[in-house]
Amino acid sequence: MSLDVTKIRGDFPILARTVRGGRPLVYLDSGATAQRPRQVLDAERSFLEQHNAAVHRGAHQLAEEATDAYESARARIAAFVGADPGEVVFTKNATEGINLVAYALSNASSGCNAAGFPGAERFEIAAGDEIVVTGLEHHANLVPWQELCRRTGAVLKWFEVGEDGRLDLDSDPITPRTKIVAFAHQSNVLGTVLPVEELVRRARAVGALVLLDACQSVPHMPVNLTELGVDFAVFSGHKMLGPSGVGVLYGRAELLAAMPPFLTGGSMIEMVRMEGSTYAPPPQRFEAGVPMTSQAVGLAAAVDYLGEIGMDVVHAHELELTALAIEGLSAIPGVRILGPTTTEDRGGAVAFVVDGVHAHDVGQVLDDRGVAIRVGHHCAWPLHRRFGVAATVRASFHVYNTPDEVTALVQGVQAAREFFGVS
Amino acid sequence: MQLEQMYQEIILDHYRTPHGAGLREPYDAESMQINPTCGDEITLRVKLDGDTVAEVSHETLGCSISQASASVLTDLVVGRSVEDSLRILGAFQEMAQGRGKVEPDEDVLGDGVAFAGVAKYPARVKCALLGWMAFKDAVIRSERSDSQEATA
Repeated sequence: MSLDVTKIRGDFPILARTVRGGRPLVYLDSGATAQRPRQVLDAERSFLEQHNAAVHRGAHQLAEEATDAYESARARIAAFVGADPGEVVFTKNATEGINLVAYALSNASSGCNAAGFPGAERFEIAAGDEIVVTGLEHHANLVPWQELCRRTGAVLKWFEVGEDGRLDLDSDPITPRTKIVAFAHQSNVLGTVLPVEELVRRARAVGALVLLDACQSVPHMPVNLTELGVDFAVFSGHKMLGPSGVGVLYGRAELLAAMPPFLTGGSMIEMVRMEGSTYAPPPQRFEAGVPMTSQAVGLAAAVDYLGEIGMDVVHAHELELTALAIEGLSAIPGVRILGPTTTEDRGGAVAFVVDGVHAHDVGQVLDDRGVAIRVGHHCAWPLHRRFGVAATVRASFHVYNTPDEVTALVQGVQAAREFFGVS
Repeated sequence: MQLEQMYQEIILDHYRTPHGAGLREPYDAESMQINPTCGDEITLRVKLDGDTVAEVSHETLGCSISQASASVLTDLVVGRSVEDSLRILGAFQEMAQGRGKVEPDEDVLGDGVAFAGVAKYPARVKCALLGWMAFKDAVIRSERSDSQEATA
């Protein structure tokens, strides 16, 4: 199936606007947040106009309809990533999903497993145990593990990143004391797709859990979490044409069943007495309080939208744009791309530096031409340090971007070099 | 083109040949400031001679705006009293955070008025202020170490 980008762009009202004095918007920052099609906006609006109520409480008709909409959203999103509905926990965002797991692990440790879920000892972390991440993680998949180590006395270790932007598999720090291996499916900076199968195999060999940060993969390529064999995965709605304020934590059913809760309160209980409480089965155990509802409905509309196009088509389109960007940017003297310079095991994020022009200044020239990209460290400061740069420029694509927009990017970078007198 | 409003020739000149660049000894206090949104950093040293700012030196890893701003700062405060320099800082900060609505006083800010255009871009205000925050912090530190010496 071929992609009719013009038709797709018609679904995204924001792409028709102009910026900075009448220039057409060239939106190349979907890695930070993607734009939303009318179908998603309509789904949210129609839910709020017709069915809004607090879910999983109340017996009136709206409460029933809202609960149905919420649970139908869960089922559709689960199917989109090859999971069962019971394995999908709605969170505020992916960051909260990772924190949920990190806190559940420390709640299972230090004798806190008050609810006594059978099998919860699986999650216990003791002083001297090890948590393994990689050198290319987003802060969201790094800081919560640093904090878990601080709380438990565990030690953080990491895979190094090679000069080519690929994981250095020889720097493997996994040992029999490794309790969890957490890594990005695709780097939000370099675009590198990590060898999930190999990392899962190595983690399994020592009995460690695996958490996959799928924020940059699920929105852009076909992902089947069950087939990947990971224990946990997270992704966020706003990067996949859906609303902000909703993210997903995937957990294998047997693990979620044994895992103690993170946030506690209403909705997640089984029985409450003054002396103590017992907790609901997953996924409710991990969804304390009235959850986001129109956002979940909107996210389901987004996966319907993406599913209709086909994730293989989305991915192929983005790789085509990535190849054009790599080719165009590489041809400019003084431009250095960080990360893989082929489309093999890669996604549509392209980070680069321009000799003699700071990323912020490149970004300003691009912005002046209507081209929206990201500048800075993209919440991956250690990765930037590893490459010896304070900041990079990052262009990132989604299904609605066009080859002409890549040309606008390349021309803008050339213009920045001219403006700052380095060409 | 709106770009020239931000990157005025004065700013580009200071960026290409920054004043006060390169850390110097001796100094009374040093401050390192980081812009956490982009990772840019400045290390700035201040040497006081009594109540006068005798020398400012800095090392800036940052964009043209942050480098030019540290350069202009050096010109504006060296040779002034601490009180005067903090008054200039106040005026610069007011302009930078004024969303382009604060009319800068060239008598007070000198080349600093060139940053009025930056004030229209909220994301870049921090870049323009990075060096000034380091200066303020360094002055406070040097005064603190002075008072510690006096009581010792």
